[in-house]
This record gives sequence, C-alpha cells and structure tokens, in this order.
Amino acid sequence: MAFNSWAEFWAMGTHGIYVWSCYGLTFTVIALLVLHTRQQRQRFFRAQIQQLKREQQQHES
Amino acid sequence: MWSSVLAVISRDLKLAFRQSGEWLNPLSFFVMVISLFPLAISATPAKLSAMAGGVVWIAALLSVLLSMDSLFRQDYDDGSLEQLLVSPAPLPLVVLAKVFAHWCQTGACLTLLSPIAALLLHLPADVAWALALTLLLGTPTLSLVSAIGAALTVSLKRGGVLIPLLTLPLHIPVLIFATAAVQAALNGLPIEGYLALLAAFLVLAVTLTPLAVAAALRLAVGG
Amino acid sequence: MSFIKRWWQLFEQTVSPKYFYRISERFIPWLTLLATLLISIATVWGLAFAPADYLQGNSYRIIFIHVPAASLAMSAYFLLAICGVISLVWKVKTAEMVARAVAPIGALFCFLALVTGGIWGKPTWGTYWVWDARLTSMLVLLFLYMGVIALYNAYESSATGAKAAAILAVVGIVNLPIIKYSVVWWNTLHQGATFTLTQKPKMPTEMWLPLLLMLLGFYCLFGLLTILRTRNVILERERRSQWVRELVKAEAAKRGANRGL
Repeated sequence: MAFNSWAEFWAMGTHGIYVWSCYGLTFTVIALLVLHTRQQRQRFFRAQIQQLKREQQQHES
Repeated sequence: MWSSVLAVISRDLKLAFRQSGEWLNPLSFFVMVISLFPLAISATPAKLSAMAGGVVWIAALLSVLLSMDSLFRQDYDDGSLEQLLVSPAPLPLVVLAKVFAHWCQTGACLTLLSPIAALLLHLPADVAWALALTLLLGTPTLSLVSAIGAALTVSLKRGGVLIPLLTLPLHIPVLIFATAAVQAALNGLPIEGYLALLAAFLVLAVTLTPLAVAAALRLAVGG
Repeated sequence: MSFIKRWWQLFEQTVSPKYFYRISERFIPWLTLLATLLISIATVWGLAFAPADYLQGNSYRIIFIHVPAASLAMSAYFLLAICGVISLVWKVKTAEMVARAVAPIGALFCFLALVTGGIWGKPTWGTYWVWDARLTSMLVLLFLYMGVIALYNAYESSATGAKAAAILAVVGIVNLPIIKYSVVWWNTLHQGATFTLTQKPKMPTEMWLPLLLMLLGFYCLFGLLTILRTRNVILERERRSQWVRELVKAEAAKRGANRGL
C-alpha cells in the first residue's frame, strides 16, 4: 500500500483534487460514451419498429 | 494539354477581372486585419515590429481562407465544373491551373501589398523584403492546401465556413516557419534555410494536393 | 479470369457490413470483460499500490490516465486514416463505417489527454497549460479530429460525407508528421528547456506495470466502443436491406413479448 490511511488516500498529499478530477472526468466521459452508444442503438430500433408498424398498417389497409 | 491549362487560367483571370469588386475584398480584409492589431494590442513601434511577422501571416492566412470559397463554387453552381471533370486534360493539372489563377488574385496581390503592411507595423526595409519573400513562397502553399477544403465543401450549401476549420491545422507548418523567418530577419540572422524549407513545402503541395483536390471534386460532382 | 472474380466476390462478402455485424457480436462480451477487469485492476493498483513518485509525489498517478488516453488518441487517428484509405482505394464499405464510428471516440480521448495533461501540469509546473511540443501537437490533433467530424455532420448524405471525411483524414495523416516536426522545432525555438510530461522508461516495475495494464485495458475499451458504434452505423446505413429488416422484426417481437409479460 502506498498510503497509511483512507484520509491520506483521498488527500493524495495535497494533490488530491488534481488526481481525482482527472480520474473522475475520464470515467465519466467513458460512461457517457457507453451510454450514448447504447442509446444510439435503442433509438434506431425504436424508429425502425415504428416504421415497420406503419408499413404493416399501410399494407393491411 | 498545355493549351487547356492556359485556357483555364485565362478564363478564370478574365472572370475575376470582370468581377473586380470581389477580388478586392480579401485584400481589403488583409489590410484591415493588420490595422486591428495596433489598435487592439499596442502601437509602440518596438512591440509592433516584434509581432509583425505573425500578424501579417495570420492576416494573410485569414484572407486566403476567406477567398477560398470562390475557387470552385461558381463553376459548381453553373455546371462548368462537370465539364472540367470530363475534359481530356488530367484533372490534377486543371486543379493546379485554377489554383494558380486564384493565387494570382489573392496570394500574389497580398505579397505585393506586404510593403504597406511593413510600413504599418514599423518593419525595417530588409525585414520587409524577407516578409515579401516568405509570402511569395508560402501563400501558394496556403492556396493549394485550402483548395482541398474548398473542394471538399463545394457541394455543401454553406460549406465556405467549414474551409478554415478543415484546413487550419494543415497550415501550421508554413505559419511556423514563415514567421520564424521574419523573426530571424528582424534579428539579423540569415533566412535562406527557412526559405528553402518553405520552398520544399511548396513543392510537396504542388505535387500532392492536386490529387486530393481532384478526388474531392470527383466526389462532389459524382455524389 | 473468373477464378479471380470469384475470389474477389468471396473477399467482398467477408468484409461486408453484414459479416462484420455478425462476427463482431462474439467479441463484445469478451472485450467488455477484459476492459473492465484490466482497467479496474490498473486503477486500483495505480491509485493505491504504486509508490509515490520521488519528485512529483502523488500527482504523477495521472499518468495512468493521460498516457493511455494520448496513445489511444493517436492510434485512433491512424485507424481513421487507414480505414479512409481502404474505403477510398478498394471501396470497402465497412471500412468507411468503422472510420465514422472511430472519429468521435478518438476525439474524446484526445480531449481527455489534453485536459488530464493540463491538470497534471498545475501541480508539476504551476500552470494548467503550457505550449510544449507534446501538448501543442495533441491540440492540433484535436483540431484535425474536429475537422473530420464537422465534415461528417455537414453532409446530408452520410455516404458522400464519409467519403469526403476519408479524403480529409488521409490528407491529415500525411500532414501529421510535418506538423509534428514543425511544432517540435517551434517549441525548441521558444522554450529551450525540454519538458516531458511522461516519465522516461526508467520507471520502476511497480509503476510501469499498472500503466501497461491500463494501456491494454483502454485499448480493449477502444475496441469494444469501436465495434459497438460501428454496428450502430451499419444498422443505420443498411436499414433498408433484408437482413436488417429481419433484425428489426426480431427485435420488435422481443419487445412485444416483453411488453406482453
């Protein structure tokens, strides 16, 4: 272990804010990217299913 | 083949001559932007001459970028671009001809205007001469590289505003070495090395950019 | 002659978007597992177990994020350009789609590299930004990314836009060494001292092992994100084709069944 206590760990020897902002930003960006990618896919299927329903209704009428 | 090249050049120059108002716009822009720096930053001769190289070159770069949209747009709109594409002359050569004609209206005139810029920014005569040389060697490269951006955006309705965004990173080498040359001249150092490098960039641009421009034009017309 | 034609047709089939979509599905769970594992282990190791740096103290731990992000930003651009070449020269559609998917990922990692580099600079040199060669080159890379992405978004027809962006990416990659050289030269002219953001390879094992793990983890993550986003692009571009319509029908049935429950 490089630190002797949790308090020391969070503080990172006065550099805490820098280290944690970097890690926080990076993981937030990665999470947002993953979520956005998933949302892209969902949006596509939602739109295509609606389109499909519309075509089926037209076909029936 | 050479006759078609000359034909393209003379046609473009004739058209530009008839629309003389448009030709003057980038040149006025050039002088105006240069005039903004003393107003916005400092008018002391020492400070002005220290930053003169960068100021003039940024103004030149912006003026060239501003004028680039007109390189292909008119031909695209009235259909003559398609004609150029199917003409027997190789497309990269036609592109070189068009860019040369365009440079005559922009870069060449900027180079001729540079003594005025030197006057406004308190540059000594020998440095003004160095500045003019860098512009002479550098502005054709600017035109050639920006032509890639012009060709990529010609089929877009408001593509002109994209050209700077697309090509500015590519202009950085010329900018760095041209301004370094002016700085060296200001310090009394020799500038041959910088000029040689700028010439090398120019040769590279002349050989490679027409290929990219041709590919982009075929894409724009072919869709 | 027809023998060559047959082989070319087979080749075209293997690199078709449909094939990519099918084959890539198998990689997703593995890449997800690998990426999560590697990044978690590397993060914990780098934050809690690696020893503090003799000169920089604990702020050097940002290296475990900054270096992988910067490496990815550059590799992503290379991939973008190579896919651009493949799509322009051999007209392989899948390459076009991979490039389209990679661009925003690379741009985001470039942005992360810049920001983490800047934040690291504050405790190290007292300033958030400094015009050193490495950071300036990364900034120019971000501009190149922004140009490519802007071109994608400017075109209504995504097919034409992808081809235009491919041309720009290839022009960018050819210019990149020249730009890099110019920036490095400019930097030595203006800065004199040579700053390096990353430690030289004389890093002790306890430091470069977590870095290596994080690097591998980031690359797995990059592979995962690329595959996921390329699949999305494929779906969108091929939405009129038969196999995508089948997929949509299957998905509709699945959702209908879920809703029925």
